[in-house]
Amino acid sequence: MSSDTRVSRRDFLRTGVTSAAGLTIAFYLPSRLTDAAFAQSLDRATDAAAFAPNGWVHIGTDGLVTITVDKSEMGQGVWTSLPMLVAEELEVDLKSVRVGPTPENPEGWTRRMGTGGSSSVRSSYDLLRKAGATARMMLVSAAAQQWGVDASDCRAESGAVIHTRTGRKLTYGQLASRAATLPVPTDAPLKDPKDFRLLGHRVPRTDTPHKVNGTAQFGIDVRVPGMLYASVERSPVFGGTIKRVDDARAKAMPGVKHIVRLDPVKSARSEAAVAVVAESYWQALTARRALVVEWDEGANASLDSAGISASLASLAQKPGVQARKEGDATSAMAGAAKMIDAVYEVPYLAHATMEPMNCTAYVRPDGSCDVWAPTQGQSGTQRVAAEVSGLPVEKVRVHTTYLGGGFGRRSETDFVAEAVALSKAMGAPVQMIDTREDDIRHDFYRPTTYNRFGAAFDASGTPVAWTHRIVGPSISTSKGFPPRNGIDGSLIEGAANVPYEIPNILVEQTIADLPIPLGYWRSVGSSHNAFVTECFFDEVARAAGKDPYELRRALLANHPRHLGVLNLAAEKAGWGTPLPTGRARGIAVAEAFGSFVAEVAEVSLDASGKPRVHRVVCAVDCGPTVNPDTIEAQMQSGIVYGLTAALYGDITIDRGRVRQGNFDSYPMLRMNEMPVVEVYIVPSTEKQGGIGEPGTPPIAPAVCNAIYTLTGKPIRSLPIMRAGKSRIAEVGQ
Amino acid sequence: MSAFTLTVNGRRHTVDVAPDTPLLWVLRDTLNMTGTKFGCGMALCGACTVHLDGTPIRSCSTPISAAAGKPITTVEALASHDIGQRLQEAWVAEEVPQCGYCQSGQLMSAAALLAKNPKPTDDDIDAAMSGNVCRCGTYQRIRAAIHRAAGTGGVK
Repeated sequence: MSSDTRVSRRDFLRTGVTSAAGLTIAFYLPSRLTDAAFAQSLDRATDAAAFAPNGWVHIGTDGLVTITVDKSEMGQGVWTSLPMLVAEELEVDLKSVRVGPTPENPEGWTRRMGTGGSSSVRSSYDLLRKAGATARMMLVSAAAQQWGVDASDCRAESGAVIHTRTGRKLTYGQLASRAATLPVPTDAPLKDPKDFRLLGHRVPRTDTPHKVNGTAQFGIDVRVPGMLYASVERSPVFGGTIKRVDDARAKAMPGVKHIVRLDPVKSARSEAAVAVVAESYWQALTARRALVVEWDEGANASLDSAGISASLASLAQKPGVQARKEGDATSAMAGAAKMIDAVYEVPYLAHATMEPMNCTAYVRPDGSCDVWAPTQGQSGTQRVAAEVSGLPVEKVRVHTTYLGGGFGRRSETDFVAEAVALSKAMGAPVQMIDTREDDIRHDFYRPTTYNRFGAAFDASGTPVAWTHRIVGPSISTSKGFPPRNGIDGSLIEGAANVPYEIPNILVEQTIADLPIPLGYWRSVGSSHNAFVTECFFDEVARAAGKDPYELRRALLANHPRHLGVLNLAAEKAGWGTPLPTGRARGIAVAEAFGSFVAEVAEVSLDASGKPRVHRVVCAVDCGPTVNPDTIEAQMQSGIVYGLTAALYGDITIDRGRVRQGNFDSYPMLRMNEMPVVEVYIVPSTEKQGGIGEPGTPPIAPAVCNAIYTLTGKPIRSLPIMRAGKSRIAEVGQ
Repeated sequence: MSAFTLTVNGRRHTVDVAPDTPLLWVLRDTLNMTGTKFGCGMALCGACTVHLDGTPIRSCSTPISAAAGKPITTVEALASHDIGQRLQEAWVAEEVPQCGYCQSGQLMSAAALLAKNPKPTDDDIDAAMSGNVCRCGTYQRIRAAIHRAAGTGGVK
């Protein structure tokens, strides 16, 4: 890692000005993960006038350490892993470090506040350690000064400085105020990783105790004096408008305060809607059912899944924009001894966070606004709240609660726009809560894609050409930012960077114009591209007469991190060893968000063709590890998320509406279907990757490749179970 | 609106709500006990599980009229029972929660299981726990935690 050169840059740390007594170290975290942006951020920080901190470590006179960072806890464990980085270098017990309230004014923050892209630890690893090390050095200096001894004769240990020779001891709490008067050193050394007592070790999560007794506060648990509740009826067809509302019955129902029409807010991508505001949520929901709303369904009223699929297939007839070109695949195909081709499709998917979407807002009479939200996007939340309330951005305070799941859904702001508009209309605090049906039918979906593949082989059976034309709608376009060069990076991630060493590769992309709102869904493009590429790869292996694991190894010879996880997963899974009759293994590997993950799934089929996944062996290389228990948990979690989608995930459109509504029609993997998941971490000093998302991509292809081995027929379309019926029964066994 | 008297975690409350109001919303909105969660509203996910007269029920689909007069136990009182306490300790030891939203319901279902069946097998756990959805995929750790609390081995 280049961390040493990075963190030796001068002056990106300062003692902060704060009203709290004690020592505060302020620092600047870059917005982007690229090295160039990182260097630039440090350059900015060296210019005193420009130094605008966006992270703080505070050591109080009571010895408690509070870190202020802009990351939301949504289950991925950052409120443990980020304090670990500080505690390691500061030499304090993790128990004395807490994550302070998430900053309430994102506008005053110097980077866009948000949590996503599996980036929280990657973007903070060096800097939080450096902040901890700097504070430690200042506390040691303060003790040395007080005792009149040399700092080199003192050591920091468990929240105190000890004079080694005499055993004298001062706690950080006793030293914090004196340390705050000292100059900030620029050369605080970081610990040698071999001396880590926290990093790389299993550490209990700090949020667990609140999550086993009902006290953890999620967005839906916010209670504000005088708060009203709202239930929102949105246009059933995407983009529909209100023609007529008959609210006479609803208005007369008990507890109902008001019926409010909501206009679409473009920046939040919210829909036209009618909301019922009442004294309790049940009253709001009951009255909503009594509303009669006539919709102008608009241009999308006849849209359906079959039509969408046909339009993608038609676009796939023509060449797309080249996303990757190696050699000359067209010529290689022409001169090949053998060729295969296939079409792969994936459906739209909903996020279905366990906590239904909700937001609480209070546009106050004093011209300020409070928003309480389980959000992954504080900056966007503040901007949308300001726009809807008509208040200056800095008058909006954003209070971040625990998130009952995020998966990308909570980086959106539609639910914020609605809550703020309702509070403004009511002059009271309002909590808006989606039903599960609202959540499934008004999501920002993982895109559907249509993929044409081709592969060519020479006379010896070696693959010489790989072509992939991917057609689908663009998330970026859906968000109002069409990609400038015709390439949407998230549509091709995991496809354009297919790692196999095949001399001729052509990956093309065509963006389809479709009105279904899209968003980031755990692992984004890799969620579909790992499935299509890794399953087609198994078709290539079969055509070449090779074992799919062995062919991967051969074609990844110069990709050590792919190879490392692939070999480890295969070894731990016992690849090639006998299995009970009717059971087969499938393997897949994918790089996503800077980490490398291979998974081997053991699968059997019941008489109806329904798969049972018995065991999943997962190997991950995410670079230096912070909390191995969290890595394991995130792999387990990503696997369940991806397996749920592979088996059941299917959002279909009928007359412009989403057909699915609740967990009966959009089923979830349950305890009785849970495979045993084993996670192995490749020891690595390579560049650090993320862990929230990379567990998801390989599971669908690993399972489908096992089914391919069982049946001899590839699964080319997801989900495996469509509307309760197995596709395997369709393709025959 | 009608008055109902209910006993939640040993405390009597009188509430004035419509008879069809689900117990879930009485707990959350009227009594301000937010540990019990809303997930689906159709008894499909188990996030709202509480005990009614010792039996696990989905409070989102149980009208207050059917719950009044019987003892109700919620996650807030889990620690006051031996089984609940053991489960909470096991949940911590196995590091079960991720986002944590479904865990109140998971714990209440697990507590009902252990009350009836102190030494559950994996099949018993499947049968008792498959009504509770966890979107973070903590099932494997939930299973291990139930075994730990029951003293039936530490499968992890």
